[in-house]
Amino acid sequence: MADQTHRDPREELVEHLGALRAFAMSLTRNSAAADDLVQDTIEKAWKNMDKFQPGTNLRAWLFTIQRNAFYSIRRKAKREVADVDGAMAASLSERPAHDGRLAMNDFRKAFEQLPDEQREALMLVGASGFAYEEAAEMCGVAVGTIKSRANRGRRRLAELMGLDPNEDPVIGDTTNDSVMSASQSRQG
Amino acid sequence: MSDDKKTSSVMRQIDENLRRVYMEEQQDDVPDRFKSLLDRLKAQEKTGHGKGDQNG
Repeated sequence: MADQTHRDPREELVEHLGALRAFAMSLTRNSAAADDLVQDTIEKAWKNMDKFQPGTNLRAWLFTIQRNAFYSIRRKAKREVADVDGAMAASLSERPAHDGRLAMNDFRKAFEQLPDEQREALMLVGASGFAYEEAAEMCGVAVGTIKSRANRGRRRLAELMGLDPNEDPVIGDTTNDSVMSASQSRQG
Repeated sequence: MSDDKKTSSVMRQIDENLRRVYMEEQQDDVPDRFKSLLDRLKAQEKTGHGKGDQNG
C-alpha cells in the first residue's frame, strides 16, 4: 500500500484542517457553511484516500476535493443566498481593533467582494502559495486562465483598497509593521 | 516599463496581505468537530466499516 517513506495521509489530514478551513471560508464566506464544507471534504477525502498518490501534494489534493464539493453543493443550492454580510460583519466585529487588524479587516472585506473565480485564484496562488500550474490543475482550467483571474483579482483588490497601481503602495504604515511582526512571530 | 514595476509592487503588496490573512485564519482554532470526525473515521476503519465503500 502506502510507500514506506511517506506517512499515512490519513494521519497527515489533521495538519491541513486549518488550511482547509481557511480555504472553505474564502469560498463560502460564511463560517457555518465553511465548517460543513470542511466536514464534507474530510469525509470525501477519507473515502477516496486510496486515490491519493503518496509523495504528491496532499494539500493540493484536499483543496481540489474541497472546491469540487463546494461547487457541487452550490449548484444544488443555487437559490439559497448566504447571509454573507451578516455573517462576515459579525465575525469581523469580534476581532480586536488594533490598527493592524483594522486594516486587515478592510482587506478581508475587499477580498470578500471579489468574484468567486478571482477569490479562488488568489486564495490558491496568492495566499496558499501554490504555483499557477498547480492551481490551474486544481481548478481544471488553463494556466493562463488562473493567471488572468489572479491578476484581475489583484487589480480589483488594489482598487477596492484605494491603492492606485501608479502610486506608491501603502496599505497603512503602522499596519505593515504590526501585521508583519505578528505574522513573523507566528511562523516559528 | 516603469508602470509595470509599480503595478507589480502593488501586486506583491496584495499577495503579502493575502498571505497574512490566510495565515491568520489558519491559526484560528480548528473546531473540535473535525478532530472528532477524524477519530470517528479512524475507529470505523479499524472495525472494518467503510472498507469497500468506495465511490466510483
